[in-house]
Amino acid sequence: MSNTAAPVLSVQNLRVSFDTQDGTVRAVDDISFDVYAGETICIVGESGSGKSVMAGSIMRLNNSSTATTEGKILVNGIDVLTASEEEVRGIRGSEVAMIFQDPMSALNPYFTIGKQIAEAYVVHHPGASKREVHDVVLAMMIKVGIPSPEKRIDEYPHQFSGGMRQRIVIAIALVNNPKILIADEPTTALDVTVQAQILDLMMSLQKEFGMTIILITHDLGVVAEVAQDVIVMYAGHIVEQSHVDALFHSPTHPYSWGLLGSVASYGANKRGDLYTISGSPPSLISLPAGCAFHPRCVHSKGSGNACMTVQPKLRDVGTDGSRSACHLTDDVLISIGRGSDRS
Amino acid sequence: MSSDVALQAVDLVKHFPTGSKGLLGRPDKSVRAVDGVSFTLRKGKTLGIVGESGCGKSTLARVVTRLIEPTSGNILLDGVDITKTSGKDLRNMRRQMQMIFQDPVSSLNPRHSVGQIIAMPLRVQGLLDEEHSNERVKELMKLVGLNPEHFNRYPHEFSGGQRQRIGIARSLALNPTVIVADEPVSALDVSVQAQILNLLERLQSDLGLSMIFIAHDLSVVRHIADDVAVMYLGKIVEIGPAEEVYASPAHPYTKALLSAVPIHDPSERGGPGRIRLQGDVPSPIDPPSGCRFRTRCWKATDLCGAVEPPLQAEASGRVVACHFPEETPVSIGKSPE
Amino acid sequence: MFLFVVRRLFFAVVLLLAVSVFTYLLFALLPTDPAALSCGIHCKPETVLANRIRLGYDKPILEQYWHFLRGIFVGRDYGFGQTAFSCPAPSLGYSFNQHACVTALIGETFPVTAFLAIGAFVLWMIIGIGVGAIAALNKGKWQDRFATGFAAVGVSLPTFYIGLLVLFSVVIWFQILPFPSYESPLDNFSAFITAMILPWLVLAVLSAASYTRLTRNGMLEAMNEDFVRLGVAKGLRLRVILSRYVMRQALIPIVTIAGLDFAGLLGGAIITESVFSLPGMGRMSIRAVVDSDLPVLVGTTMVAAVFIVLANVIVDITYGFLDPRVRVS
Ligand SMILES: Nc1ncnc2c1ncn2[C@@H]1O[C@H](COP(=O)(O)OP(=O)(O)OP(=O)(O)O)[C@@H](O)[C@H]1O
Ligand SMILES: Nc1ncnc2c1ncn2[C@@H]1O[C@H](COP(=O)(O)OP(=O)(O)OP(=O)(O)O)[C@@H](O)[C@H]1O
Ligand code: SF4
Ligand SMILES: [Mg+2]
Ligand SMILES: [Mg+2]
Repeated sequence: MSNTAAPVLSVQNLRVSFDTQDGTVRAVDDISFDVYAGETICIVGESGSGKSVMAGSIMRLNNSSTATTEGKILVNGIDVLTASEEEVRGIRGSEVAMIFQDPMSALNPYFTIGKQIAEAYVVHHPGASKREVHDVVLAMMIKVGIPSPEKRIDEYPHQFSGGMRQRIVIAIALVNNPKILIADEPTTALDVTVQAQILDLMMSLQKEFGMTIILITHDLGVVAEVAQDVIVMYAGHIVEQSHVDALFHSPTHPYSWGLLGSVASYGANKRGDLYTISGSPPSLISLPAGCAFHPRCVHSKGSGNACMTVQPKLRDVGTDGSRSACHLTDDVLISIGRGSDRS
Repeated sequence: MSSDVALQAVDLVKHFPTGSKGLLGRPDKSVRAVDGVSFTLRKGKTLGIVGESGCGKSTLARVVTRLIEPTSGNILLDGVDITKTSGKDLRNMRRQMQMIFQDPVSSLNPRHSVGQIIAMPLRVQGLLDEEHSNERVKELMKLVGLNPEHFNRYPHEFSGGQRQRIGIARSLALNPTVIVADEPVSALDVSVQAQILNLLERLQSDLGLSMIFIAHDLSVVRHIADDVAVMYLGKIVEIGPAEEVYASPAHPYTKALLSAVPIHDPSERGGPGRIRLQGDVPSPIDPPSGCRFRTRCWKATDLCGAVEPPLQAEASGRVVACHFPEETPVSIGKSPE
Repeated sequence: MFLFVVRRLFFAVVLLLAVSVFTYLLFALLPTDPAALSCGIHCKPETVLANRIRLGYDKPILEQYWHFLRGIFVGRDYGFGQTAFSCPAPSLGYSFNQHACVTALIGETFPVTAFLAIGAFVLWMIIGIGVGAIAALNKGKWQDRFATGFAAVGVSLPTFYIGLLVLFSVVIWFQILPFPSYESPLDNFSAFITAMILPWLVLAVLSAASYTRLTRNGMLEAMNEDFVRLGVAKGLRLRVILSRYVMRQALIPIVTIAGLDFAGLLGGAIITESVFSLPGMGRMSIRAVVDSDLPVLVGTTMVAAVFIVLANVIVDITYGFLDPRVRVS
C-alpha cells in the first residue's frame, strides 16, 4: 500500500512453533506484514493455516510452555514479544483488543455482562468512579445495539443469543477505544442474518472510532464485503497479500486461484463442477520441501524443480501492489490470474 | 400421486417437551421444533432446506428418516406411509433412505476400521457375508474417491474431507433411493467442500438418487439444489424451484436471508436494496402468533399478528406463506405444482 | 429459584421416608430377637415376652414402624406403670443393650464425629485445593509431578492401614504423641487437639488427594476456555484471572464432591474412629453391629441418611448460587 505514515502494527519474521508428542508443529513460519491506521485487513486461509496462532501472538496470548515464538511484533514501537508482562498488560485491551470466534464461550458465565464490560474499562482506568464506569458501560451497550441496556446490564451471558453475545464481546473490545481490533472469525458461528448485523456494526464502529481492523475469516464473501487488504495464508506462510479488488479480479497465487474457484457462490452460474484443490492441507509437523503448496498445485511443473526444493519468497508482482510467494514468473502469475479460467 | 415423487411429507410436527417443571417434575412446555411441515421430494432431484440455526432443519431430517418419531403427520416414501411401520418394514424403509451427518468426526466410531464402518449397514441388515461385504466396501470406497486399499485404516488417519467421504460411502452401502444430508459440508474448508459437493452431484446423477440437502449456507444450496424450501421457526415459509426462489424471493424472510449473504465480489459493495433484519429469531417454545416472522418483518400489519398465512400457491405460481408476498413477475407463467 | 429449593426439599423428605422404611424393614427382617438379646443369655422366656411387649416388638411390623416414625416427632413411651419410661422427641428408639435412648447415645457420640469431620474437612480442602492449584500453575514442572504423584498414591491408599501405620510410627515408635485418648474440647482443649491431630491428618491427606487431582484438572481445563483468553486479552492481572475466571470454574465440581464427602464423614467416619479409638458415631455403629443392637443401628443409619440427603440439597442449592446458568431455568 502506498502509505507513508508509520504502521500501527508491524509483524516481522514471526515464527511460532509448538512442541507436541508427534513433533514440532510449525504453526506460523516466517511471516512479515505491516498494518496502517484505519485500515481493514482480512486474513484468509484454510483451517489450521495458522491464522489464530498469528493473531494470538500479537497480544502474546500463546504463552503455553510448549510454544516457541521468534521475530518481532511492534505495536506503538514496543516489541510485544520481548516487552515486560506489565507493558504487555498495558497494550492488551487498550491498544489492541480482540474478538473471538465463539461468542457462546467467550464470556465468563459466572458474572453479569455489565460487570464484564466494566472490568475491561476499569483495568485501564483504575481511578474511574462507579458512576463513570456505569455510564461508560451503558453507553457502550447502546453503541453495540443491545436493546434496553439498563435492564440487561445485570443479566448473565447465557441469557443472551449468540448475536447479542458477540455484540457484548465487541463492547468489551472497544470500551477502551483501542487502535487495533483483531477479530478472529467473529461471525463464523453466527447465522447469515446475524453475521450481516455484526459486520455492519463493526464497520460503523470503525468509522466512529477510527480503529484498524484485522479480520480473520475463511469466508471469501466476508472478505469481499469488508476488506481493503487481504493476506492469504497457507500452512503457516503468507502466500499472497493483495488489495481486495486485485485478489478477486487478478489473484497472483495458484492457491488463491483454487480458493476463489472452489467457492460456490449463489450469484454465479450454478451447477456444474466446482473447481477443487485436490488433496488436503499438509501436516505442519512435516511440511513438504520447497513450496508447501506444491503437492496440491497444478502449476508446480511450470518452474522446473524449484517448487519441490526451494521455498518461494513473498515478492511484489505486477503493478497493483500485490505480493505473491510463488516460483512462477510475474507474467505467468498475472496472465493466469487475470484469465477467467485459472485452473 | 404422481410417480415422480420420491418422498412426501404431510403436515409433520415434532414437539420436544421442556420447560420448568411443576412439583412432580412434569415438563409444562414444549419446543415446537417442527410445526406443520409439508413438502415433496421429486425423484432424482435435490431439495435444499435452508434456514437459520434452530429453525428445525435437523429435527425435520431426523423425523423424515424416522430416527425420531414425529408428534404427528405422515411421511410417504414411494407412496407408502412409513410413519407407522415397524419391524421388518421399518428395516426395509431404512434401506431405502439413508442419512449423511454434519460432523464427519463424531459420526464415525473411532474404534472401527473404515471397512467395518462402511460394512456396518450391510451387517445390520444381514445382507452380506464377510467376504462379499469386503468386496462391496472396496467398491464403495472407489465410488466415493477413497483408496480401497485403505479399508483397514481408522477414521483418525483420514482428513476431514475423507472422513465425510467415508460417511457417504456408508450411507450408500445399501443402495438407497433417498439420501438425507444434514449439513454435509458445513464442517469442511471451502476447498474440501467443493470436492464433496462435486462428489454428491456425481453420485446423484450416476445412481439416480433423490436427495434432501440441508445447509445454512445459501450459496451451497443454490449450487446443488433443484428445489429449495426456506424454514423459519419450525415452518416452511417458501418453497419452489431454486432458480425462482433465488432470483426473485417471494417471502420477505427469503428476501432478507438472501440479501444477508455476503457478496461474492468486492465491486458489488454498497449495492442497492440490502435488507438488514433486526433482532433475533424468537423462541420456538413460544412463537409469535399469526405469522411467525412478523416480529422481524418490515411489512407486518395487524393481519399478520391475527391470522397465520398458510403455505399456498400465489397467482404467480409461487408457493409462499405470507399475507403480502413480494411482487413477482407473473410472466414466469408456471402453473402451480 | 424458590420453587427449585422447595421442590428439592420436598424430594429430600420423600427420600428420607423411603430410607427409613427400608432401613427399618431390613433390620426387622434380621433373624435376631432384640427382646431376647436385651436380657442376656440366661433369660427366662417370661422376661423375654415382657420385654417384647414393653418394647413394642409384639406388634405387627408396620405398626412398629409407625410407632418409630411417630416417635421421631412426638417422642415415645415404653412399658407400663412402674417400669414405664420415655424417650422424648426426637426419639429414635431405645437400646436395651445400653439401657439408654438412642437419641441420647447419638447426642453423646455425634460431637466427636462432628469435630473429626469438620477439622479433617477444613484441612483437606486447604491441602487439596492448594496443592492442586500449585500443580496447575506449574504444569509440567517438578511441583506438578510431585502433586500428581501425591494424588495418585493418596487416592489408592486405604485409610485403615495408613491410620494404623501412622499411629504405630508416631505414637509407638517415635513417641511424639501420647496414645490418643479423647477429651471434650470444653474440658481439656490441648488433650482434644492431641487426640484429634493424627486422625485429622490421616483423613485430610488421604482425601486431599482426589481434591488435588480435581483442582489441577479443573484449573487446567478452565485455563483453556475462551473466556479466560478474553480475560487475558482485556489486560487483567493474573491474580484476577485466576480467582475470578479460573478458580470460579474449577470450584463447581469440587463443591459437589466436597458436600457429599463431608456428609459421608458426618454419617460416621467408621474406620478412622475405630483405628484411633475415638468415641464417635462410627465406632458406636460398629459396636452396635457386634452386639446386634438394632435400635442404635437404625438410629445411626437414619442420622447418616439425613446428612447425606441434606448435603445433596445443600450442594444443589450452592450449585445454583455458583453457576447462574443453573439458577435461572
Ligand atoms: N497449543 C498448541 N499446541 C500445539 N499445536 C497447536 C497449538 N495451537 C495451535 N496449534 C496448531 O497450529 C496450527 C495452526 O492453528 P490455528 O489455530 O492458528 O489455525 P487457524 O488458521 O486459526 O485455523 P481455524 O480456521 O481452524 O481456526 C494448527 O495445526 C494447530 O493444530
Ligand atoms: N432433543 C431435543 N430436545 C429439546 N429440544 C430440542 C431437541 N432437539 C432439538 N431441539 C430444539 O429444537 C429446535 C430446532 O433444532 P434443530 O436442531 O432441528 O435446528 P437446526 O435448524 O438443525 O439448527 P442448526 O442450523 O443449528 O443445526 C431448537 O430450538 C432446538 O433447541
Ligand atoms: S511455487 Fe510452485 S507449487 Fe507453489 S504455488 Fe507456485 S507454482 Fe504452485
Ligand atoms: Mg482459528
Ligand atoms: Mg442442525
